[in-house]
Parts: sequence; C-alpha cells; structure tokens
Amino acid sequence: MNETRALLGETVDRILRDAVDDRLLAGAERDEWPQALWQTVVESGLAGVLSAEGAALGAGWPEAFDIVVAAGRHCAPLPLPETIACVWLLSAAGLEPPGGPVALAATSDEDMRLARDGSGWRLAGTAARVAWGRRATHAVLTATVGAERFVVCAAIADGLVSPGENLAGEPRDTLAFSGAAVAAAPLPAALAGVDTRALGALMRAAQIAGAVQAVLELSVSYANTRRQFGRPIGRFQAVQQSLAVLAAEAAAARMAAEHAFFLVASGGRVEDAAAIAKIRAGEAAGRAAAIAHQVHGAIGFAREHRLHFLTRRLWSWRAEFGAETAWADRLGRDAVARGGDGLWPWITGALSGAHTAETET
Amino acid sequence: MSFLGLAHCSLPPQAESLRQEVREFLAGALAGRGAAARAQSWDGFDPEFSRSIGARGWIGMTWPRRYGGAERSALERYVVIEEMLAAGAPVSAHWFGDRQTGPLLLRYGTEAQRVSILPAIARGELFFCIGMSEPDAGSDVAAIRSRARRVPGGWELSGAKVWTTNAHRAHSMLGLFRTAPEAAERHAGLSQFLVDMRSPGVSVRPITDMAGREHFNEVRLDQVFVPDSALVGTEGDGWAQVMAELAYERSGPERYLSGVQLLLELVRAAGPAAGERARVAVGRAVASMVTLRQMSLAIAGMLEAGANPAQEAAIVKDLGTAFEQSLPEVVHELLGVEPDRAADTDLGRVHAVLLELAPCFSLRGGTREVLRGIIARGLGLR
Ligand SMILES: Cc1cc2nc3c(=O)[nH]c(=O)nc-3n(C[C@H](O)[C@H](O)[C@H](O)COP(=O)(O)OP(=O)(O)OC[C@H]3O[C@@H](n4cnc5c(N)ncnc54)[C@H](O)[C@@H]3O)c2cc1C
Repeated sequence: MNETRALLGETVDRILRDAVDDRLLAGAERDEWPQALWQTVVESGLAGVLSAEGAALGAGWPEAFDIVVAAGRHCAPLPLPETIACVWLLSAAGLEPPGGPVALAATSDEDMRLARDGSGWRLAGTAARVAWGRRATHAVLTATVGAERFVVCAAIADGLVSPGENLAGEPRDTLAFSGAAVAAAPLPAALAGVDTRALGALMRAAQIAGAVQAVLELSVSYANTRRQFGRPIGRFQAVQQSLAVLAAEAAAARMAAEHAFFLVASGGRVEDAAAIAKIRAGEAAGRAAAIAHQVHGAIGFAREHRLHFLTRRLWSWRAEFGAETAWADRLGRDAVARGGDGLWPWITGALSGAHTAETET
Repeated sequence: MSFLGLAHCSLPPQAESLRQEVREFLAGALAGRGAAARAQSWDGFDPEFSRSIGARGWIGMTWPRRYGGAERSALERYVVIEEMLAAGAPVSAHWFGDRQTGPLLLRYGTEAQRVSILPAIARGELFFCIGMSEPDAGSDVAAIRSRARRVPGGWELSGAKVWTTNAHRAHSMLGLFRTAPEAAERHAGLSQFLVDMRSPGVSVRPITDMAGREHFNEVRLDQVFVPDSALVGTEGDGWAQVMAELAYERSGPERYLSGVQLLLELVRAAGPAAGERARVAVGRAVASMVTLRQMSLAIAGMLEAGANPAQEAAIVKDLGTAFEQSLPEVVHELLGVEPDRAADTDLGRVHAVLLELAPCFSLRGGTREVLRGIIARGLGLR
C-alpha cells in the first residue's frame, strides 16, 4: 500500500472513530444531522476523493474504497459513500459536482422521465427510498433519452420529499419531481452501461465490508472479556469456531469489495464489479450478523449495546440497491451466455481486471 | 487483525502472456480427456504429462536456476497452476514436490540435497509423497510414534504412516519421525527425513477409497536405513519445519478449484436459456469464485514478498473447501436426480465423481476444525 493511501486511510478512520459514538448514532435515528462532522469530512477532501481535485492529489478508487469501508465500519450517519459515487459519475459526464451532500437515486426509465426543454432538461417522476434524500442538496440519477444514457443532477429543493427510513433509522426518502429543470449530460461511451443502482451496490458492498469488520472486532473483544463457567467465553472451542467463520466472512467481504473497486479503476464493467461485490458481501452480512448476535448473548439484543447499530445496517444494506439474488441472476445470465468454455477465460480475464486475456464480447 | 494481511493483488502483464502459452499447450495435451477425468485433476497421476511440463519449465518455476528452477515469480507460478487445475490436467505426480517438498528443501535442505533433488523434481522425473499422518496421529501430528534411531552412518526408521497419497508410485517420501522420546514439550524431538521408497524394509499397502479409487496408502517402515544425508534441516526442529510445509500446502488455488469442472459442466448444460434458479446459483458461484481467487492470489503475493501467511491460508482453505463442497449440493438442488457414475451426460458423471470426492476436501491438508483453530489463534482467542 502506498503512503498517500495509508495516510488517508488513517485520517478517515480517526475522524470517524472520534466523532461517531453511540450518542451521535442514537441522535441520527432521531433525525439529528451531524453538520460539524459533515463539514470535517468535506474539508478533509473525503467526499471529493473521486473528483478532479482528488485525482490531482493522487487519490482514486483505492482511497475511495478505504473511505467507504471506514464509513461502514463506524456507521457514519452521512451520505458520504453516495456523495463520493455521485461526484465520480457527475465528473465522468462533465457535470460540475454541486459541493454539498448528494443522494444517489436508483431509478428506472419508468420511474423517471428526462425530457429536453429548449436548451435545457426537465425531469418528472418519483424515486423511492433515496438514501439521505432530505439531507442532500441534489439527487443524481441515470436516464435514457432515445438511445443515449444521461447523468442527471436534480436540486432536491425543486421536488417534494416524503420521509421514510430503513431498519437502522437511516433516511430513505421518496423524491417526486414534476417537470423540474435539471442538469443532464450524456455518459461517455465507455461507461454507457453504468447506472446508479450498480454504483450504489458497489458502495453498499464496501460499507458492508467495514461493518462486518467492526462486528468481528466487537465480537472478539466481547468473547475475551465476558466470563462464564470461570473463564472467558472465547476459551470455548464452540465460540472460537464461530468467530473463525466470522473472520473468514469478514475477509471475503472485504476482498470482494476491494476487488470490485479495483475492477472499476482498471476499466472493468461497473455492473460486473457491483454484482460480485454485492453478492459476496451480502452473503457475509447475514452470516456475520447471526454469529455476532449468538456470541453476544442477551446483551447484544439490548438497545443499550452498540451491536445493533451495525447489524440493523447490515440487514438493510445487503438488500439496498439489489439483494444478492437479483445480482446473482444478472451475473448468472452473463455466465450462461458465455457457456462452459467461456466461463474460466471470463473469470481470469474481464472479471479479474486483466483485459488482455479476453476480448470483450 | 490478521485477515487485513490479505492485500489485493493483481497479476503482472507477463503473467498473462504466460497464461496464453499454458492454455495453448493444455488445449493440445489434454485434447480428448473426458469430463470425469478432468474432474479428478489433482488425483490424475501421469508421469509423461509431468515430464512434458517439466520440460517447459513449469515445475519448480520460482526456484533458482542452479537448482533447475526458472526464477519466475510466485504470481507466474500461480497462473500456471490455476490453468492446470481449471483445465483438469493430471497434476498429481509432480504436485507434492513442486508445492511443498521443493520449497521446504530450498529453505531447510543442505546444498547437497538441493543439488541432487531439486533439478529432478523440476524436470518432472522425481515424485514425492508426504509421510506425516499415522494411525494414531491425524490432526494431532505431534502424536506420531514412528521413530528414527541413530545408527553408524545414519538412521534407522521404524513405524507406520497412513493415508500417504501416491506412496505406491512416488520415488521418495519426506517423512516426520521422532528422534527423541515424547517429553513435556510435545513438539520437540521431531525430525524430517528423506526416504527412498525402494529401500529395504519399506512396504506399501494401498487403501481403496469409498469410490473404489486407489491413491492413498499405508506405509510400513521396518528398520529402514537412511544415511546421515537424509536428515532434512535440524534434528529436533521437525515441528517448525512441518508447520512451514503446511503453509505451502494450504495456500494454493487447488483449495477452491477442485470442484471447478462441476461448475463448468453446470453452465454448459444449463445453456444460454437457463432458468432463473440456475442463473442465480451460477451467479452466486461465480461471485464466490472470483472472491476466492483474489484471496488465493493475495496469498501468492504474500509468499512472493517473503511473508508467512499461515492464518490467511487457513482462512482461504476453509472458505475454499466449503465452496467446493457446496457445488455438488447446488447441482443436487437444481437437478434433483439420482447421482450416477454412468450417467449419459457429462454433468451427471461429474456430479457423481464430485459427490464422492468432496468429503475429503475439508480433511486433507488439515481439517476444517483445525483450520478454524488456527484462525481463532490469529484472532487472539487461544
Ligand atoms: C484424500 C486424503 C489424502 C491424504 N493424504 C495424506 C498424505 O499424503 N500424507 C499425510 O501425511 N496425510 C494425508 N492425509 C491425512 C490427513 O492429513 C488427515 O486425514 C487429517 O490430518 C485428519 O486426521 P484424521 O483423518 O486422523 O482425523 P482426526 O484427527 O481423527 O479427526 C476426526 C475429526 O475430529 C476433529 N478433531 C480432531 N482434533 C480436534 C480438535 N483438537 N478440536 C476439534 N476437532 C478436532 C477433526 O476436525 C475431524 O472432524 C490424507 C487424507 C485424505 C482424506
């Protein structure tokens, strides 16, 4: 790992660890917005890690991965992963990122219609369960006009927000637009297949990797301190074996997500990367939550313990932007299309980030 | 925490050109090899094949040239072995020497041992078997009873080894023996020896596996003489050496690719018009495979950097074998037909082969429970 990356990784971990405690998280569930923390995050350049300015500082996808993992690990109650992804997408389409928190809306062309209006664009339709919709200044989505894919940036103030929340009390709001004037620009050809759902899945997978790591850390430390039958429960082989499984799941979730970020950075298809990461991290999410709760006993089931901040997020995040089954269907469809002879070359080629080994079909 | 040692690793461009070379060679060398035979890649013993890849420099690839190696990177070796396994090549004959005996001798062997043994392994002419397990020493390797007694000019070996893969067709065994009686410190007093399988006093009895295959054996040693030069490493340090050997044994792509032929046949049989259940199952398997491959590559990267990835290898082997073992279950769920070795489809035959092979994945090379114990130690729980 290079020095810039290590330094940034430490910085983001420190900022979030210091700021995000149980009180802040409980407040976030009562709809309190940690403005000071958001300010720090923006001033530290974390939200813009995938912008032109980020690139100028030598930061990119590996650094974005570390930031999003840290956001998951510490349950940062901010649209940081969403803003990072939107800034990348907007920059890729040549649109200026708005500067504030940005929401990533996974909509289909049936949900949202983009239409030309003179020299500008208008947007109509609804976007359901948009993360942090009420706190964002803008929402970013993708839409098709004719045969072309567009990136759209809509000011939230020009639409209607109906509040909702996920299991962890994170805002998941419905946004409605009825002909609002928006900024829009076509996606470059190389990114023509990219949509906000895939980008969102990529972000959630990395957040899950971070949260599973935190769940492992909490569980190991609990097993070393909680005593029963005269010794720490971590001395019991049954508990050790469960925690070993949890550690393996944490390692797998992290590798799946890190590889996905690497794939995108090396020009691979965002949908393939998102599928791999969301499937494998999603599987880890459920397994990790179950093991952690078993190891924690009753206290982990109590509101006063912090485990639920992580596990309620894991159960929500694994389903957001497409659950494992939906992505597996998509990846499986591509696999059977390649056939038995094409599968291994695909895995070692395009899915590995080695584009010399297989010519895209 | 230890799993963070698994840093993402990507293959250098020269590894990708090597991949094409290996693929082209295998397409010719394995033409006509049936699906069921491919599914037993790791059990396929073919000296001629081993010699042909030895001639191409694909055994002992990372070793110094003066020992017959090709001085290539661990990542290039990784590409060669994953291509062999994915193609279902018969790799068993040279596998143990290439994977563990050779690297062990490089690390602990004498110059004379290296010079006399490594080039022959690399040519695909000298095959090894591994003598660790005994009737009363499975997971508890330190409980071995086979003894080595000092005699003029060398050592005399007596005892019994069991489950010794390829003992009936390997030239040589690297075995673990007690050179001092079991004391309070159980791990002390163990030493490793090279045993020529043609030595007087060595007898090999095959053990047939549940499917009727013969690959592992019982090996009896009755006052077998080996010269001083057969001791590997330091007398009494056998435990540490065996642990190093097991790290090589646990780290490779064979720990998640043993079931790959079944996935390939499933995809082949499902076809482009596969239904949703098959697509979802295949999609999940592909995501697991890509992830496991990156984890396995990360270990190759750590070996390349000179690290000792014992805990990481345990994680990858545990996940990898669970994945391999899930594939026959997935196919059973999807097809729901009776397993049949004489089925009229490749998928049916490979399914039957894998069902009867899969139980050993989480036994050989350290059981699932032993691996999880190693992971738990890495977590600071023991
Ligand atoms: C196909 C195959 C090839 C093999 N090839 C070789 C070879 O070439 N050379 C060689 O030396 N050996 C070889 N082995 C042997 C292999 O290494 C052993 O099978 C393995 O180490 C387990 O030992 P065991 O079979 O005696 O099982 P045991 O150790 O008796 O274990 C039985 C069960 O008890 C569990 N168990 C044991 N101890 C503990 C513990 N402390 N905590 C929790 N659970 C425990 C195990 O996990 C397992 O589930 C081979 C085995 C197989 C199946």
